[in-house]
Amino acid sequence: MSMAIALSIPKGERLAITGPSGAGKTTLLRQIAGLSHPQRGTIIQNSQVWLDSSQGIFMPPQKRNIGFVFQDYALFPHLTVIQNLSYGLPKGKPTPIVDRFLRRMELSALAHRRPSQLSGGQQQRVALARALVREPELLLLDEPLSALDSDMRHSLQNLLLELQHEQGFTMILVTHHLGEIFKMAQSVVQLNHGQITASGSPVEVYPKRALPADSLTLYGEVLIIEIQDDHLRLLAWIDHQVRELKLPLEYRAQLQLGQAFTLTYQHQQAVLAPL
Amino acid sequence: MMDWQPLWLTFKLASITSIMLLFLATPLAYWLAFGRFKARGLVEALIGMPLVLPPSVIGFYLLLAFSPSHWFGAWIESVFGIRLVFSFPGLIVASVIYSLPFMVYPIRAGLQAVPQSLVDSSYILGKGPIETFFRILLPNSKPALLTAFVLTFAHTVGEFGVVLMIGGNIPGVTKVASVAIYNEVEALNYSMANQYAMVLFFISFIILLFVYSVNNRLLRVRK
Repeated sequence: MSMAIALSIPKGERLAITGPSGAGKTTLLRQIAGLSHPQRGTIIQNSQVWLDSSQGIFMPPQKRNIGFVFQDYALFPHLTVIQNLSYGLPKGKPTPIVDRFLRRMELSALAHRRPSQLSGGQQQRVALARALVREPELLLLDEPLSALDSDMRHSLQNLLLELQHEQGFTMILVTHHLGEIFKMAQSVVQLNHGQITASGSPVEVYPKRALPADSLTLYGEVLIIEIQDDHLRLLAWIDHQVRELKLPLEYRAQLQLGQAFTLTYQHQQAVLAPL
Repeated sequence: MMDWQPLWLTFKLASITSIMLLFLATPLAYWLAFGRFKARGLVEALIGMPLVLPPSVIGFYLLLAFSPSHWFGAWIESVFGIRLVFSFPGLIVASVIYSLPFMVYPIRAGLQAVPQSLVDSSYILGKGPIETFFRILLPNSKPALLTAFVLTFAHTVGEFGVVLMIGGNIPGVTKVASVAIYNEVEALNYSMANQYAMVLFFISFIILLFVYSVNNRLLRVRK
């Protein structure tokens, strides 16, 4: 896949990157971090050149002063919470900032535990704290909240927003969740096949593709398929409930157990489309 | 009365070989795991040769190379004042070469099994490759390091062909336990051979038992 992307973010802004899997979201984030090289390009932060391939400039990730929260959190399994937080600080530097973050993220009681002894939400808070103790100017987050349940996700979103207001770092967040984009981001960039397909504020980007109010799209997942005399009987998980659908037999080839689909109601008709 | 000298010599040889290899093979394993170079296949094939060659083949060529009439043996003797044929230092050099794959391969696998995101995180947190190696990669490869060390140790204890070829059978210098057993059997001294063999059997068993139980505990902590 070839990628070609041009974008700029005002200092202190929150940008969401979204798009289907394989669109190049993570690659873009890794290139901003300096973890991988684009073939050509420039990256400039606050008039500091991080990358300029035409002049052979490449600033390694160690010098970019960024925070990065990985999808799998990437906590060091052999270190305790407090050791994970202190890892990125220069040796001998006093640790009031570590203590402050432990308290701020409600991790003080867990300071001497290892990551394996923490829940998913706790691990996520440690990962966030570890990224922020170095007081980065830019925080990159690669779908960090996708593995959490919705309560946990909301509380971490709120925490992240508060921290961003307090510290004023610029934030780039890769996410699939539409709700998260509207809640967390001032602007959004949509990628597909390594190209930007839409960008702007969430309220600019999404209404363009909004459907009229008399139509409704539901997401569903196939639970049971049964072939009856002249139709398919489908049990599906739609809108947090199990529902029964009757479909023409020709859908049989397109549907299998666990298959996700959308169901669009418009003009009193339902159209099912497998995803 | 059993002569403990060959057993003592065996464990001295195995200990020195394993410790030297730990320091030699770890950088080599890192280089094989993460280095970008074209000759990787060639290097891997060379390191793996002791796995497939009869020990007597390796022993034969080392015997030729180590002999004072060969340029290598002559050079070693003039620079370091050491003669490698029929001497303990020669056994160490031969064992290091012969056991190299047993140290390199497990360590390489262990280093490669550390998730890339941990290394990336360390870089992002401002640490260079060397500090990342010592503070992240090595601590998270502990089971592999232990396995490699013990495999090397055990493999050196079990060495016979190479030792016989270049070390011979000099009591207190090159006569290790495996050679002693062979000698006793040749002399039809079966009960003495049995004593050496039993000691080797039980010590090897206890070492392996120790490794597997420690490794299981280490792996549980990581999960």
